[in-house]
Amino acid sequence: MLKFWNSSVGKKVVMALTGLVLVGFVIGHMAGNLQIFAGPERYNAYARLLQHDIIELTWAVRVALFVSVVLHALSAWQLTRRSWAARPVEYAMQEAQVSTYASRTMRWGGVFLFVFLILHIGQFTLGWKWLLPEYVPDGAYGNVVLAFGRPLWVVVYLVAMFFLMLHLLHGTWAVLRTLGVAKNAAEPLQRQLPLIIAVVVTVGFSLVPLGVALGVVR
Amino acid sequence: MSGTMNITLKVWRQSGPSAPGAFETYKAPGISPDMSFLEMLDIVNERLIEGGKDPIAFDHDCREGICGMCGLVINGAAHGPSKLTTTCQLHMRSFKDGDSITIEPWRAKAFPVIKDLVVDRAPLDRIIQAGGFISVATGGPQDANALPVGKPEAEQSMDAAACIGCGACVAACPNASVSLFTAAKISHLGLLPQGQPERYRRALKMVAQMDLEGFGGCTLFGECMAACPKGISIDFIKRMNGDYIWGSVTEAPVKVTLGGG
Ligand code: HEM
Ligand code: SF4
Ligand code: FES
Repeated sequence: MLKFWNSSVGKKVVMALTGLVLVGFVIGHMAGNLQIFAGPERYNAYARLLQHDIIELTWAVRVALFVSVVLHALSAWQLTRRSWAARPVEYAMQEAQVSTYASRTMRWGGVFLFVFLILHIGQFTLGWKWLLPEYVPDGAYGNVVLAFGRPLWVVVYLVAMFFLMLHLLHGTWAVLRTLGVAKNAAEPLQRQLPLIIAVVVTVGFSLVPLGVALGVVR
Repeated sequence: MSGTMNITLKVWRQSGPSAPGAFETYKAPGISPDMSFLEMLDIVNERLIEGGKDPIAFDHDCREGICGMCGLVINGAAHGPSKLTTTCQLHMRSFKDGDSITIEPWRAKAFPVIKDLVVDRAPLDRIIQAGGFISVATGGPQDANALPVGKPEAEQSMDAAACIGCGACVAACPNASVSLFTAAKISHLGLLPQGQPERYRRALKMVAQMDLEGFGGCTLFGECMAACPKGISIDFIKRMNGDYIWGSVTEAPVKVTLGGG
């Protein structure tokens, strides 16, 4: 176990498995959020379901997600340190040939997502007053409308979703290769399904702040 | 003289492993576009020697793209701008008259500079020593057709076996990862029946060795594949990961060392 975790491939596998858990979560979370377009009753009922009726299940999922995020970020951090140490003298000139922008923003984009995650949970789940002074417990719909009434938050969320898209574009492609289950391909860098997943998740999430900003949801 | 080029070179010079290095600029007039890149460096070196200066040290041997000795980062690309070629197969016609060309050694902690553009690639040998072989009992040779090998497996194995061990994958990788080389060496054996008995132990040992040597981890940028003169596919890295995962489940832990060998 420890040997596996200490190897570069093993750590990457941990990152891939926890990443898969998170991908599953963001797809479900995105779909759930879209219920905001069905009006306040439906949305608050959904929130109540998660926060009260099946709270045991919610907690189990929360623990799994928390462990996943911690392991994902920890392995990312340690592998990044390893890579930086592996090239102590930088090139004077290095031209990217085929690597995607998405692949090159996994680390800093990931850090941004991590910070965003804390803000997001603080804002809508923990009700931190400095993020949302008018926060009402069990008033999910109203909280969302209030938050996205402020352009600042709309922008922050849209930027975060852009980074999520890049992260998913590389992540959902890489994960099958890290786990050794992808099929051989003539052009292994090409990807279709990851592009679809990334765009659908990003657009789905973005509809909520956009919906409020454009007055569709109020 | 018509038909020749005037080139300016910016070359990394470093007198020894622990000496501080720096870029030096050299004018290289009268270069024929038909010269190979290394022939161009030969000319520059002859002129340096005539001027009583220390010639630029660089590795080379076969000069026909099969030995894996040559290797320079040329204008930010390992083995230069041409695809599927080694540095020795690169020709000056790939550049324009008046071009300025930056030449650097492979950069990785595991590949310390010996002199100028020459680096120590012994870690690649130690990765092979850790498991890049098959163990055969001695005795009379088997009939060649006693072990059937499928056509697709044979082809794939040969694709992996094309690796010449130049280290360009490490040089091009933003993580200085040696995964493409290691994966090729694991796969060309693991795809054949002869390589099956040691297949998963091989993956464990060679991965453990590459980690121990201080290479970075793979994040599937794909830069290795673009730099590789033999077009080794990152699909082999996927295969290596699969073998490693299965080996971690089924095999006893392995031990590797840096020394001796
Ligand atoms: C908590 C903040 C996060 C950080 C610091 C982070 C960082 C990283 C890094 C550095 C990688 C490796 C990049 C590479 O291999 O090129 C990665 C891969 C990945 N991430 Fe994240 N990430 C975070 C959040 C997420 C989230 C929210 C998701 C899900 C939507 C996710 C899904 C993935 C997937 C699927 C992979 C691919 C694993 C693989 O390469 O095999 N990550 N992440
Ligand atoms: S995989 Fe390609 S780039 Fe890497 S050592 Fe082998 S031939 Fe060179
Ligand atoms: S000198 Fe042998 S491959 Fe270039």
